[in-house]
Amino acid sequence: MSFPLLTATAVLPALGAVATAAVPAARRTAAKWLALLVSLATLVLAVVVAVRFEPGGARYQLTETYEWIPAFGVRWELGVDGIGVALMLLTALLIPFIVLAGWHDADPLETRSKRWRPTQGFFALILMVEAMVILSFEATDVFLFYIFFEAMLIPMYFLIGGFGDRAHQGGEEAAATQRSYAAVKFLLYNLAGGLIMLAAVIGLYVAAGSFSLPDIVAARASGELEMGANTERLLFLGFFFAFAVKAPLWPLHTWLPNAMGEATAPVAVLITAVVDKVGTFAMLRFCLGLFPEASKWATPVVLVLALISIVYGALLAVGQRDIKRLVAYASISHFGFIILGIFVMTSQGQSGATLYMVNHGISTAALMLVAGFLISRRGSRLIADYGGVQKVAPVLAGTFLIGGLATLSLPGLAPFVSEFLVLVGAFARYPVVGIIATFGIVLAALYTLVLYQRTMTGPVKPELVKLPDLRVRELAVVAPLIALLIFLGVYPKPLTDLVNPAVRHTMSDVQEHDPEPEVEAAK
Amino acid sequence: MIALLIAAPLLGAAVLLCGGRRLDKAGHWIGTALAFVSFGLGAVLFAGLLGRGAEDRTLVQHLYSWVPVEGFQADVAFRLDQLSITFVLLITGVGSLIHVYSIGYMEHDERRRRFFGYLNLFLAAMLILVLADNYLLLYLGWEGVGLASYLLIGFWQHKPSAATAAKKAFLVNRVGDMGLSIAVMLMFTTFGTFAFTPVLDSVGAATSGAAAPVGEGTLTAIALMLLLAACGKSAQVPLQSWLGDAMEGPTPVSALIHAATMVTAGVYLIVRSGAIFDAAPDAQLVVTVVGAVTLIFGAIVGCAKDDIKKALAGSTMSQIGYMVLAAGLGPIGYAVAIMHLVTHGFFKAGLFLGAGSVMHGMNDEVDMRKYGGLRKYMPVTFVTFGLGYLAIIGFPGLSGFFSKDLIIEAAFAKGGVQGWILGTVTLVGAGITAYYMTRVMLMTFFGEERWRNLPAASPDAPDVEPAAGHGGVPHPHESPKVMTVPMIVLAFGSVFAGAFFGIGERFVHWLEPVTSFEHGHPPVSALTVTAATVTVMAIGVGLAWLHYGRRPVPVVAPRGSLLTRAARRDLYQDDFNHVVLVRGGEHLTRSLVYVDHTLVDGVVNGTAAGVGGLSSRMRRLQNGFARSYAVSMFGGTAVLVAATLLMRAV
Amino acid sequence: MNPVNYLYLAALLFTIGATGVLVRRNAIVVFMCIELMLNACNLSLIAFSRMHGNLDGQIIAFFTMVVAAAEVVVGLAIIVSLFRTRHSASVDDARLMKL
Repeated sequence: MSFPLLTATAVLPALGAVATAAVPAARRTAAKWLALLVSLATLVLAVVVAVRFEPGGARYQLTETYEWIPAFGVRWELGVDGIGVALMLLTALLIPFIVLAGWHDADPLETRSKRWRPTQGFFALILMVEAMVILSFEATDVFLFYIFFEAMLIPMYFLIGGFGDRAHQGGEEAAATQRSYAAVKFLLYNLAGGLIMLAAVIGLYVAAGSFSLPDIVAARASGELEMGANTERLLFLGFFFAFAVKAPLWPLHTWLPNAMGEATAPVAVLITAVVDKVGTFAMLRFCLGLFPEASKWATPVVLVLALISIVYGALLAVGQRDIKRLVAYASISHFGFIILGIFVMTSQGQSGATLYMVNHGISTAALMLVAGFLISRRGSRLIADYGGVQKVAPVLAGTFLIGGLATLSLPGLAPFVSEFLVLVGAFARYPVVGIIATFGIVLAALYTLVLYQRTMTGPVKPELVKLPDLRVRELAVVAPLIALLIFLGVYPKPLTDLVNPAVRHTMSDVQEHDPEPEVEAAK
Repeated sequence: MIALLIAAPLLGAAVLLCGGRRLDKAGHWIGTALAFVSFGLGAVLFAGLLGRGAEDRTLVQHLYSWVPVEGFQADVAFRLDQLSITFVLLITGVGSLIHVYSIGYMEHDERRRRFFGYLNLFLAAMLILVLADNYLLLYLGWEGVGLASYLLIGFWQHKPSAATAAKKAFLVNRVGDMGLSIAVMLMFTTFGTFAFTPVLDSVGAATSGAAAPVGEGTLTAIALMLLLAACGKSAQVPLQSWLGDAMEGPTPVSALIHAATMVTAGVYLIVRSGAIFDAAPDAQLVVTVVGAVTLIFGAIVGCAKDDIKKALAGSTMSQIGYMVLAAGLGPIGYAVAIMHLVTHGFFKAGLFLGAGSVMHGMNDEVDMRKYGGLRKYMPVTFVTFGLGYLAIIGFPGLSGFFSKDLIIEAAFAKGGVQGWILGTVTLVGAGITAYYMTRVMLMTFFGEERWRNLPAASPDAPDVEPAAGHGGVPHPHESPKVMTVPMIVLAFGSVFAGAFFGIGERFVHWLEPVTSFEHGHPPVSALTVTAATVTVMAIGVGLAWLHYGRRPVPVVAPRGSLLTRAARRDLYQDDFNHVVLVRGGEHLTRSLVYVDHTLVDGVVNGTAAGVGGLSSRMRRLQNGFARSYAVSMFGGTAVLVAATLLMRAV
Repeated sequence: MNPVNYLYLAALLFTIGATGVLVRRNAIVVFMCIELMLNACNLSLIAFSRMHGNLDGQIIAFFTMVVAAAEVVVGLAIIVSLFRTRHSASVDDARLMKL
């Protein structure tokens, strides 16, 4: 029995969370350092996983299986494919930055009692989320996945509801009301999705007699397991609904702007860059893997919804007056691209979608964290309260611009590669879809540049004259992210090598082939 | 070697932008030095190409695989051939000169280091654009120059107008970029690749019947999408509106990016994709029409602007219209278009630098109505500007004469009615060019010295802004050497480049292996065309002299005719955009925000309210009487028992 | 042996008890009615036990009686303390199950 690497990667942050929560109230700083160290150690483990993973090898690697509830055939069954490794790396990579960016976000404003330790709680919750997310990227047992998919709502709920953005124009009272509204909305939306999925999970067990993803896929491929078309479609819808809420897909998206607006910037990054990725990841792994026929059946509707998400999210981003809500709507537009890439069923689309998940995570983290630094300085989220920041804080403005350029997919930065792949993949099969989606890139330029122009350029507002530039800690957060954006934009090969074989497997799951180029087809 | 060419300015950009304040003192020297390194490398490569046979002058350097994905290959690979080396020399040569010029021009700007960083970034992106070996890498350069242009137009970000102009330029360009990305996608679905050689070869093979035919519809679509991209970048109608506003940027930027290099990228794209356009005659016709319309459009706008830079911007638009028109003529025009592009790069950059020099001496005043009689105060500027002026109007013997004349000939050679129409348009355009350039010349350097008694100087009109910058009466003076030397070099180019390229068709033959070349057969003899061109030019100059040379120029612009007023407002294109796109967009987004809040969110909140209402009604059943609970227990049990019995009975 | 008569009696007793629980307000009487229902069940258990000839039913009946005794102890204690605080033994006065 070899060392259970995958389990360790998830257990480490979970233990770290418990340890962080147990740090005495007076030792706040120690708790922060502990959380940072744990997240860095997790990153090391994730890197080890990535190194041990052989892209050309078996589909699921580093597998671990332990009996858990034999009566229902539930097993602690972990394994990663290239997509899982990529997203696990992304998660493990972002958490240290989130911890570092949120260094002071949960400092108590007053001392209430000796046992009052919000800081410890904040960082423990973040680590808890990390553990759950990593486990859901690793689980190859459907039931096991479901448990972590749902369980991550609990720490997220407390992170949104308990640690709001202090920069609120309505004062403390309004902040608390809106924060709890956002947290409850987040919880209810995702619970509703999750419960429908639970029904589908049970239905799957009844139909397939197993929870193990590789077993079911193998049985379906070999024809041992027949599933009626209607059964398959119903089960697909049950799964897809939950993932579409989490992703979020139009029209199930309205929880995201509230949650991202009210949460602190690092938590907003945690939501959109990490937690939401579980939704799109699960579409690729579970919807397409378990229900290939139903996926094809649903493709037209999903594509239309994805297109609406792209255009609608971008248009709404243009109309926002709140910086964080703007980023949230931009994310909705980007999730539209990801889902589009998954469901066009071409290698380029799916590789693009996977890269998009990683790149969107990094680029949104960069943009949102810088926005958070800006907001914490001025104490307002309204775009109208800013102007001319570029003059007083050039480094902040420069990093903000790069984050924005990544959001609008400027060639040379990582998101371009993925967005273009998605577009090409979409265009190859459905030219009209590809062209409509292309409008998204113009709109992306619009909302990004309008945001930059209104906040960073023009005459300096009197309130902003003494605005300090980025501090060392903040620069340490942003600079590596930007370096990564540039690196992956110029040389995405390490990532594509990881992803390509997994995409090939998925394509064979759904039994689709890339459309041939016209010239080849004519021969 | 080719990669080093790009790496030099890229390194400069990275060092200057990340280096921080420590580099403030030396930043401009680093930037300039690296631009010259790049130029030197370009010259060495050029010499290397000269040493090879005419058919053997294509070097491809494959660096690494950029996006390796199933069924999709995009490499970082560079291609050096006659066409790209021409651009490389133009870009790095003019670029280096403008770096030198900027040392003087930006001397008092505290952010000079950053300016040079952006300039270097631009050089790198532009070199990637012209050296790329596939359309995706070209796209990277394409948007890269867009970014550099955005940063440089908005360099004085504290001015809201500059920030708006920068944003507008980027957005309009994005519309064009959309065309380019759709074109690349079409290529991918049609050919399975988007590297130059396979795409262009298979188009050629298909049209010559050597391979399976590719639908002409597809090719036309690709060509039109490429044209859309070219329109965005080269400020052609209908995507021209950003160029005038882009003059908010510092003048060296206008000279480098918005006159000599970046805006000509569209012409490069069309010429590079010549095989596709040749196979799609409908698209070619559209290209010539776009070129012709822009040519006249830009010229008319140029006539009406009082802002010296905007007048020059109109002229740039118009001259690029010439190039696009030529490029639309097919193999007769490709090489000619590039030749005009190069000569235009010299004289237009020179003119802009001259304008910058004038502004430098006039407290950054741009209104030509507040100039006048400056030739005495700025002799060097006057002479270099004057030579550029003679070149652009096509004065016989200077560079513009050779290149423009060739375009006019080629337009006539198109043949048939089209040929006559296009030829006439280009001729008329030449006349208008002469008119507006003479106007600029006369208003700036001749006539009375109107700047001496500006309204700002008189205390009677305190509400009028002083003439920008330092205020008060300006003291025109010649610019420092660091600025005049590049102007002199460019003036040399404006004078001699045309003759060097044109005599013996040296330039055309140099490019022939890449662009192919056919001699056109104009319906009238070449000599007649030349004579007509010179006549039209003389008429234009004469008219301008009548209007602006003989009569004093009023300091405040007269109301003018309908056409003048329209031209001052860029023929109402901005107003159209504003009403249709900006307003419409605002309404759309605002109503969508409302819909999102009330409708999409409303459905969910409505459900929540419904559940809440139902549960508050249900709550009344819980009245707290133990006996009523007992009743429901008994009732429930009775129902269950009855149901069980019934089930068994059935 | 025919258990029918025993069952009739048990049903009658159970109905009387159930009605009493539902209509009477005095807690003591409600309590006694509950006992009545329990004993009706005991009666039918014993009848069936006799019919089948094994002792299972009787054992359960004993078990019920023990539980009932325990319940009486707790229940009477509650009623007494209720009466002490409220000076009434009416079930309707003690609406503590709703806030």
